Amino acid sequence: MENPRDYKYTKEHEWAKLDGDTVTMGVTNYAASQLGDMVYVDMPTAGTKVSQGDVIGALESVKAAADFYSPLSGEVLERNERLLDEPGAINSDPFTDGWFVKITPGDASELDALMSAEEYDEFEKSQG
Amino acid sequence: METEAIKADVMQKKADEDRRADPSAVAEPARTPLYDEHVNLGARMVEFGGWMMPVQYGKGIIEEHKNVRANVGIFDTCHMGEFVITGSDAARLCNTLTTNNVASLNTNQAQYSYICNDDGGVSDDCIVYQFPDDQNIFVVNAAPLKADYALLEALANRHSMDVKLLNGSEETGKLDVQGPAAAALVQKHTDTDLSSIKFFWARWGEVAGVHCLISRTGYTGEDGFELFFPIEETVKLWRLFVESGAEPSGLGARDTLRLEASLPLSGSDIAASYNRNPIWAGFGRFIKLDKGVDFVGREALQRAADDQGGERLINFHITERGVPRAHYPIMKDGEQVGEVTSGSYGPSLDKYIGMGWVKAGLHQPDTELEVMIREKPVGIKVLPRPMYKKPKIEA
Repeated sequence: MENPRDYKYTKEHEWAKLDGDTVTMGVTNYAASQLGDMVYVDMPTAGTKVSQGDVIGALESVKAAADFYSPLSGEVLERNERLLDEPGAINSDPFTDGWFVKITPGDASELDALMSAEEYDEFEKSQG
Repeated sequence: METEAIKADVMQKKADEDRRADPSAVAEPARTPLYDEHVNLGARMVEFGGWMMPVQYGKGIIEEHKNVRANVGIFDTCHMGEFVITGSDAARLCNTLTTNNVASLNTNQAQYSYICNDDGGVSDDCIVYQFPDDQNIFVVNAAPLKADYALLEALANRHSMDVKLLNGSEETGKLDVQGPAAAALVQKHTDTDLSSIKFFWARWGEVAGVHCLISRTGYTGEDGFELFFPIEETVKLWRLFVESGAEPSGLGARDTLRLEASLPLSGSDIAASYNRNPIWAGFGRFIKLDKGVDFVGREALQRAADDQGGERLINFHITERGVPRAHYPIMKDGEQVGEVTSGSYGPSLDKYIGMGWVKAGLHQPDTELEVMIREKPVGIKVLPRPMYKKPKIEA
């Protein structure tokens, strides 16, 4: 599965995508496949203030729990309710249907510091 | 996103670096004869008990788990240990080491048992077989294998027993064929009448021309077989079963299957300390304090049997949302009363389930407690065992 070209990425294997005033965030296919079958997702609710790098939720697979570090600062607009009943959407569709939360960014320029798709491709390869 | 898998990768890289720096410093995990088969099937390999083992294949743990409940799966268990004890004192030696009563076994019968330490804690759990001509076979876990064998040798020497000991672990291959369709599949490849082998019995027979010990046992809560054979036949038998319909299944599915079936993981749910002894774990039926042989740990286990206090092993499910994991605290009214030792999602139960130790008195089914998940209390309810029971097939 290709890492979408118009997304930005973190070393914690999360992605962020700017659409107008909103940033959608999620985990990459690499992270989803490393974790395996997802069985539970712990997401922040709308209105939660988040800071870049903070643990704002968790993803749990059959074997492991992983923290979700916010790629950006801002305020949570919406969480992906679908994941409550269908956490497997993160495995099948990590870059679209398996999104985690949408936020209103506090400072969209934080995006510039994240990796481009090309940089993340290289980073992913270096993870072995 | 820092995953355990990624941490494992980092650890692996660190180990690789250490090995380059000083090749004698880090023991290389061993590989079963099926290592290349697993890799070619797309398995994710992890270090387990000193071995590189498949945790899952391409379809994932949930699919592998459900397939074993509905059809038939195959597990590489070559990492496990096998000891052969022969001689007029063989059964007595086994009885001195293990908690169950080997003298009660019929020929070709097997029993689940424990190897305890002097504190009554569990060093290992095992299966002991009785065969003709004063022969017993022990099947033990990979990590404690060497310590188990050393203890067996020490006991044989201390009591000057007439036995011949053989650690056959390196020469013995083992495959577990498990699931409701296991018997039909294995029967295709053997003339031995499998319907004559009952649960926890075994027979020697030919499977696809290979001399095998065919044991009707397993670690999944399903019908099935554990097959033991000369290790050089492993790839041939694996391919035969996979090509005839057994789905390769990894340690991940093995763990969720055994957890649903309320089978303990030795070293976690039952462990080396007195406070994790098998009597308090509720497995007293495998401990025969009055068998007339003084076995390792007997005194401590007698003390545990006489003590209504202490802790008890519970099985539970989450009544709200969240996944319990080993070492999470178990709480009641804001006080810690125990600890989770195993936890996951149970695909067949479609519930988040676990095992853990709590103060005695809080272990009765339907007791409501809480587990701390990321610093939040989440409700749990104690369940009777087994949590999952295979459906009875009407004749």
